[in-house]
Amino acid sequence: MSSSSTATAQAPEAEHDAHGHGHGHDAHGGHHAPQSFFHKYLYSTDHKIIGMQYLFTGMFMALIGGFTVYAFRMQMAFPGMSVPGYGRVSAGDYNALVTTHGSVMIFWVAMPVLIAALGNYLIPLMIGCDDMVFPRLNRLSYQIFLLSVIVLIASFFVDGGAFGGAWTSYPPLSAKAQYNLTPLGAPMCLTAVALEFAAFLMGGINFVTTVMNSRAPGMKMFDVPIVIWSIIIASILFMASVGPLIAGAIMLLFDQTLGTAFFDPNKGGDPVLWQHLFWFFGHPEVYVVLLPAMGIVAEVIVTFSRKKLFAYKTVLYTMVGTGVISFFVWAHHQFVAGIDPRMANIFSVTTLLVSIPVAEMVFVYIATLYGGSIRLTTPMLWALAFIAEFLLGGVTGIYLGSSGADIYFHDTYFVLAHFHYTFFPIAFIAVFAALTYWFPKMFGRYMNEAWGKVHFWGTIIAFNFIFIPLFLLGARGDHRRIYDYTHFPDLMKPGMQDLRVLATVSLVVLLCFQVIFVVNYFLSMVRGPKASANPWKANTLEWAAPSPPPHGNFPDGLPTVHRGPYEYSHPDRQEDYWPQNAS
Amino acid sequence: MSSFPRPIATTRSVTGISTGKLAVWWLIASEIVIFGGVLGSYLMHRIGHPEWASHAAHTNTWAGAFNTLVLLTSSLFAVLAHQAADQKDGKKAAKFLYLTVLGAFTFLIVKSIEWTGEIQAGYTISSHTFWSFYYTAAGIHGVHVLAGAIIMLVIASDAKKGVDLQRVEAVGLYWHFVDIVWIFLFPLLYIAK
Repeated sequence: MSSSSTATAQAPEAEHDAHGHGHGHDAHGGHHAPQSFFHKYLYSTDHKIIGMQYLFTGMFMALIGGFTVYAFRMQMAFPGMSVPGYGRVSAGDYNALVTTHGSVMIFWVAMPVLIAALGNYLIPLMIGCDDMVFPRLNRLSYQIFLLSVIVLIASFFVDGGAFGGAWTSYPPLSAKAQYNLTPLGAPMCLTAVALEFAAFLMGGINFVTTVMNSRAPGMKMFDVPIVIWSIIIASILFMASVGPLIAGAIMLLFDQTLGTAFFDPNKGGDPVLWQHLFWFFGHPEVYVVLLPAMGIVAEVIVTFSRKKLFAYKTVLYTMVGTGVISFFVWAHHQFVAGIDPRMANIFSVTTLLVSIPVAEMVFVYIATLYGGSIRLTTPMLWALAFIAEFLLGGVTGIYLGSSGADIYFHDTYFVLAHFHYTFFPIAFIAVFAALTYWFPKMFGRYMNEAWGKVHFWGTIIAFNFIFIPLFLLGARGDHRRIYDYTHFPDLMKPGMQDLRVLATVSLVVLLCFQVIFVVNYFLSMVRGPKASANPWKANTLEWAAPSPPPHGNFPDGLPTVHRGPYEYSHPDRQEDYWPQNAS
Repeated sequence: MSSFPRPIATTRSVTGISTGKLAVWWLIASEIVIFGGVLGSYLMHRIGHPEWASHAAHTNTWAGAFNTLVLLTSSLFAVLAHQAADQKDGKKAAKFLYLTVLGAFTFLIVKSIEWTGEIQAGYTISSHTFWSFYYTAAGIHGVHVLAGAIIMLVIASDAKKGVDLQRVEAVGLYWHFVDIVWIFLFPLLYIAK
């Protein structure tokens, strides 16, 4: 770093020293000297800036994830064509594109946006304090995350190209360069994932500690908004499940680079061990991203139904229950990996069990809607769509959790469609609900509702037209990971290629509709009509802060909490809402 | 370090446990699953392959035992440092932390002599899966020992000036954890033959 930027870094700190550590509520927020662009936006310790850094990095990565899926879907619908904007997709390219799409969307879009961006932005605001408990650790966690992004993007351009062994990285394909043909891409991809885990572990510890120790005076356990609970439970799930995969990543990295023999049966190792380590993390990971999505939907549904959340404690306990059960389901990914069939039965049962708490949450949301004064704003549409689409994903999971049916469906497009019916609602539909719901808070302006709804319908309809054909294809035995179906007459029966074309065309339509969102989002930041502090008349504490909140969040003093977060349409009140901090 | 303006959030303590200590407990929880992953995998392999005992026979049990003693002694110094910090005696706390660091470096020196001998005898990280586990598990633990030593040096230099004495306890917690991991590694890698 240059000496001039270090000098500017010390200026506000020196000023702060004069106040000492004992500054009261009123003194806070007023004594921050104007900062350079670098310190305000790129090297800030403010949780809101860090949250937006995660958000915009995640959005940028979503462009990469979207572009890769466009390229390889075009190859599948129109084999051998020169894809506009990419060129001809070779077999090696195809593997790399599929792998990059999977890794990027899960590790660099869903995780940073749902957990890191929303967690950072919302936690201090919604529990009524001025920042995270460890602001510098928070900044470090983003910097390490950014490093992981750089390593991953660099791996696209090294000799041999990006890793092509699928996001699950099963050895021996991932362990030996003579099989995967990406001597640099494979270790770099793994290093990027490991760096990202380190960043999120730091972030998770910060989140959990902040919520445990720094809640506003008066905020008891059951006064914490559901979205904050969901992020905390997700962070704990992540912490408790990622360890074996960090260990596994080190082991696989050593297998790749040092020639160790963890996953090499010739020297006493076992390739299935990786699958256990990976899925012991991989399945709880589904719930790590699902729970924050469920939390977002709870907030949006309650606000726009003007009704108390039907059963706060039930949602909370089912979230914990989901988390606990999610540790005992991982081997349902390995029914055909040669595991003991008796063990497969046990994992079938646990897998079906996990649908109970998730269904319970959905019932609670529907019960909340029942009899409410529903307002179909853009965020509400996204929240309702989440419930409908995620249900389809959940129901198709029943087929795959049953080991007998799974042996037929394994590695077909049915699995892929099921997975996307859960992940697309989580990583996009719920995220759009969150981005549109908290937009007035984040930027102090409204987004355009009409264009918001156009984007909503364009996305939802196109989404279903992508994946319903893939369900049908999967049920007909269409195998995944095939580069060119014209070589497989069994998979070229009448109608099958038409369904592939339909899915691809729908994907292109869906991607085009995202342009509307991006333009609406960024244009509304500067052109949208000004929003008040509490435009949705909601109860939670972030709406007590100005829009957008300044550094320190609450310039009129940190709030005190008097009641739970969901006191809407209370019979004793004139207004149909009752903010948590109102006396 | 202390010139950084701490937010009000850092000074709150709804649970009654200081923020730093709480975070260290969560750090330890996440570390338990990392080591749990390595040791769990190793254990499953050992149960399935009794013949690995012939490889384990080549480890140096006495060096391991000596290192166990060194780590346990260093943990005692970490406790004494905590006691001194509780009595607001920063100088004494720093002195005991330096002794703990001395234990950490003794451990690492013994370890490197041990590894040199084993590598020269032809037992490298890639010779067999047992040795892969042996070097990886002990290596990850060694990195934790080194990291703990560096953190303790930083905290000791602050404690000497009487700054942030509450950190002495937090790093002590971490150090006991590193110690306990070794208590698991020692029998699993050295004694089980």
